[in-house]
Amino acid sequence: MTLLETRLAARAPIDPRRLRADFPILDQDVNGYPLVYLDNAATTQKPRQVIDALVHYYENDNANIHRGIHTLAQRATAAYEASRVKAAAHIGAQPQEIVFTRNATEAINLVARAWGDANIREGDEIVLTAMEHHSNIVPWQLLALRKGAVLRYANVTDTGYLDFDHLRSLIGPRTKLVSVAHMSNVLGVINPVADIAEAARAAGAFLLVDGAQGAPHLPVDVESLGCDFYAFSAHKMLGPTGVGVLWGREGLLATMDPFLGGGEMISLVHEDMSTWADLPHKFEAGTPNIADVIAFGAALDYLRDLGMPAVRAHEMAITAVAIDALSAIPGLHVHGPKAVEDRGGAVSFAVDGIHPHDMSTILDSYGVAIRAGHHCAQLLMRRLGVPATNRASFYIYNDTADVDRLTAAIREAIKVFA
Amino acid sequence: MSEPGLPLDDLYREVIIDHYRKPRNRGTIDGARHVEGVNPVCGDEIRMDVVIEDHTVKDIAFEGAGCSISQSSASMMTEEVKGRTLGEVEAKIAHFRAMMLDGAEPAADLGDLEALQGVTKFPVRVKCAMLSWNVLQEGLEPSTTPA
Repeated sequence: MTLLETRLAARAPIDPRRLRADFPILDQDVNGYPLVYLDNAATTQKPRQVIDALVHYYENDNANIHRGIHTLAQRATAAYEASRVKAAAHIGAQPQEIVFTRNATEAINLVARAWGDANIREGDEIVLTAMEHHSNIVPWQLLALRKGAVLRYANVTDTGYLDFDHLRSLIGPRTKLVSVAHMSNVLGVINPVADIAEAARAAGAFLLVDGAQGAPHLPVDVESLGCDFYAFSAHKMLGPTGVGVLWGREGLLATMDPFLGGGEMISLVHEDMSTWADLPHKFEAGTPNIADVIAFGAALDYLRDLGMPAVRAHEMAITAVAIDALSAIPGLHVHGPKAVEDRGGAVSFAVDGIHPHDMSTILDSYGVAIRAGHHCAQLLMRRLGVPATNRASFYIYNDTADVDRLTAAIREAIKVFA
Repeated sequence: MSEPGLPLDDLYREVIIDHYRKPRNRGTIDGARHVEGVNPVCGDEIRMDVVIEDHTVKDIAFEGAGCSISQSSASMMTEEVKGRTLGEVEAKIAHFRAMMLDGAEPAADLGDLEALQGVTKFPVRVKCAMLSWNVLQEGLEPSTTPA
């Protein structure tokens, strides 16, 4: 959608200055300057509502969930399951299809183990892209090693897009799974998931979408995306660390064996065999991260109240300002697409003669937090021909004043190395 | 912009930027001992060729990629150890480590390397300055001598 269409879909525009009052951490000086936090693709900050939900749980409701008869156990169970309903609503899914994990990485590993071990055979092919995060590469490498399967990587174009024609050419009769990022954590590019789903389905392959950068920033509807699995992480969308989500189609999850064995995930346990609990509990062995799942519910409420179309419209607007301002700096090159319709707010860039670690140190001395490094995407770094990039990534509480602080600090860095 | 809260001027001293832009002893040496190292977290790389004769570092050269601190440290180090006896080089390594890791005042014989003392005020960058020294240490160990 264009920015105008996205704005029209939004209930009310986001006012980052007003939202900032909800984020206590942003109200501080770092190295003598007011903090400008631009590392949101790594993790976002948490609003007071999420922090309060954690405190409220431990001060009022703390109990183990699901089997307790007493009042606290009932309250904790109800709050935990309410988060599942909210997580489902966030991506247009059903609650019984939502599995809580530790993070998006564990969600992908769950599929690689519980689905992959039963369905991947020697010579089968798994299609990935060259822009994947290591968490959407290494679980498949391990699976391929266990099974003698083959990994294939779709190219990234010089302009930072997925080479869709190349991806389609890799999908064939041996392809059992396609696994792609919804949005690149380095290039910011949004991949054409619905088209990829169609190509995968035509070949009888399943599609997993790594939504770690999708669910926090885009309106997501898994039905219209047409994927089979969708993985994301709470801490990149205002929630606490230690919570991830795996969505899978109910019929698919039902056929899968458990990932981990233990309490919570069983129905009946005998000496030599057990029967499994119903979905989704079959995949949630042991006491889960109850407090953080409940606090994630507060994060999902916060995003629901803003409306994801409004989140998207705000990020498109600030990303457009950032790309223009960055591109105006002599010697600075933005990696990835320039059109904000095609991308999100993770903006990687290079500056001639200044290594990203030096840039990041200098920006930090001006209170500006960005990330420098390979961003867990070493295959993409090789494709771009760089050892590392600078990455500024924006969220709901960032505004154009933050872009001004970023560009002013970059100009100071250029002076140091002039 | 006004002066930052962190001592940037201590980190990016002129001599460091100079060695970063114009690295000394950059290249390779045929037939030398070859050693290399990386900082996997940040991707800094140093590849080093060392020629040791008569208990002396007769020649040394390096190639690499990375930040200004890792590359300038390697450049200064090659200048400071070239032509020195192994005993002198070991002492220099010890002095440099003491300055970077234990907060010791720079020893008088460190030359340009003294400029790297400011890096200690930026703890996450100390490993950048140490990389080439760890590689050099490996280059001095007898086990790496070619047969």
